[in-house]
Amino acid sequence: MSIRTPEIECMPREELKKLQSERLCAQVARMYERVECFRNRMDAKGLKPSDIHGVEDLHLVPFSYKSDLRDYYPYGLFAEPLKNIVRVHASSGTTGKRIVVGYTQNDLDMWAECVARMMNGLGIDDTSIVQIAYGYGLFTGGLGAHGGAERVGATVIPISSGNTALQIQTMIDFEATVLCCTPSYAMYLGEEVQKMGVKDQLKLKVGIFGAEPWSEDMRAKIEEALGIKAYDIYGLSEILGPGVSGECEHQCGMHVWEDNFIPEIIDPDTGEVLPMGATGELVFSAITKEGFPILRYRTRDICSLTDEPCKCGRTHIRMRKPSGRTDDMLIIRGVNVFPSQIEEVLLKVSGDQITPNYQIVLDRVNNTDTFDVNVEMSESFFSDDVKSIERLERTITEQLRSMLGISAKVHLVNPKSIVRSEGKAKRVIDNRNGKM
Amino acid sequence: MMFIRQLSVFLENKPGRLCAATDTLAKQGINISALTLADTSEFGILRLLVDQPDRARDVLTESGVVVRISEVIAVAMDDAPGGAGGILHLLSEAGLNVEYMYACVGRLSGKAIMVIRTDDLELAADILHRNGYGDINPAEVYRI
Repeated sequence: MSIRTPEIECMPREELKKLQSERLCAQVARMYERVECFRNRMDAKGLKPSDIHGVEDLHLVPFSYKSDLRDYYPYGLFAEPLKNIVRVHASSGTTGKRIVVGYTQNDLDMWAECVARMMNGLGIDDTSIVQIAYGYGLFTGGLGAHGGAERVGATVIPISSGNTALQIQTMIDFEATVLCCTPSYAMYLGEEVQKMGVKDQLKLKVGIFGAEPWSEDMRAKIEEALGIKAYDIYGLSEILGPGVSGECEHQCGMHVWEDNFIPEIIDPDTGEVLPMGATGELVFSAITKEGFPILRYRTRDICSLTDEPCKCGRTHIRMRKPSGRTDDMLIIRGVNVFPSQIEEVLLKVSGDQITPNYQIVLDRVNNTDTFDVNVEMSESFFSDDVKSIERLERTITEQLRSMLGISAKVHLVNPKSIVRSEGKAKRVIDNRNGKM
Repeated sequence: MMFIRQLSVFLENKPGRLCAATDTLAKQGINISALTLADTSEFGILRLLVDQPDRARDVLTESGVVVRISEVIAVAMDDAPGGAGGILHLLSEAGLNVEYMYACVGRLSGKAIMVIRTDDLELAADILHRNGYGDINPAEVYRI
């Protein structure tokens, strides 16, 4: 276990605050000049960049929201011309349009550095062999972990997600010592390893898992099944991707890399900043990002922070695992899904065929999320014909897959059969709790 | 006239759905004279002939399932080897496609009653008629 950059990670808090203040002021000035949305919001509050003197004034800075990324899709919030943007990533928005973020080379370096700090802190270095079973692609998971692993000089196996038998064989043959993936996939791999009886052939020591909520109980099970220590990593595309924060060897909360990201906890209803330790909505300001800078971003994650000194010696604030959401976002097989996306697909299907009522049913079978969507057939659509009903189910299934990137099982049900409470249909039934 | 009115009921693929539908009919004193179930992995369509089609539709609809009344052909045929073949040969020679067929639970005047759905009902009825398959009173079929 080593501290990669003690001068930063263990920086005295007073000094850290000074650094944050300088960076925040510079970011505010830069964004005011370059990002129209930000400038408009500052103007609406009657604020000029010169009104922000340091972190003590952060609460004055206007919030930003996920909907901004939709409204300024695709590049409207970038603060650099595309010639300086070397990569984009995307994830689901609340509706059909994806949200897009861009990175300059400096941003990618900073990202890799954040992940590398966590990795070095967990003993991962140039002697490690890191199997990355997060999806590679527009999703930030794969390439985010990849960048950090390369930066610490590890040997990277960029296997991406899926194909469990091959994952396990690769882990054994290539003597992987580190596994990066979603916790539910780690759990599944663990069970398969047990079934195959190959645990003693594994060289795994450490797992870094994120992109999904997981419990301490699940951590214990993964650690047991794979014979590793399992650590939590947090991130979101809007701020960076995985690596905004991560656990140290003490597994007691995720250190937020505060030289780059300032966390706040607010009351989601009033927007008021809550004192240290309180539970509320997590808000991040990315004070060093160039390509896609964002300040006071409302993550919708419910969380709390602590500034109590950590045994590891790092001074950076720790955040707890998010305990829920302030919006209706669902995480299904690691993918963010909003009920509104499903609504959008269904609204495109003719009203002669279905009613606007639907219900999402989530469960967990063999550590994999099941995802069923019940859709009410309209009274007039039903005929004596099996094929036309099957065709409609298939059409909806395909459109959902293309919107969400994951498959749902679609069931047409009788009109008015979806239970309504107080006249409003209950949209989501999530039976996954406690089935980690 | 060979056309009779059949009820089609949409059933979600869950235990108890079929039972609930037949219970609804039983409670209203509605008798079933023929029944078949088409099923897929996701849902089923229950097709039936009953003695009171309109009332059956109303009570089933009220119970929360979708119901359609559609027309099918009823044909009386000899209850003997080759009885069904006689009809099917005529239809296939005319290029008609049988979507489904099923039989009534009882006989009518000593004959078996076959219920048939084809892609062109008028033509099918016409062909059968010209080949000596006589008219059936729908009311009698519903009461089998």
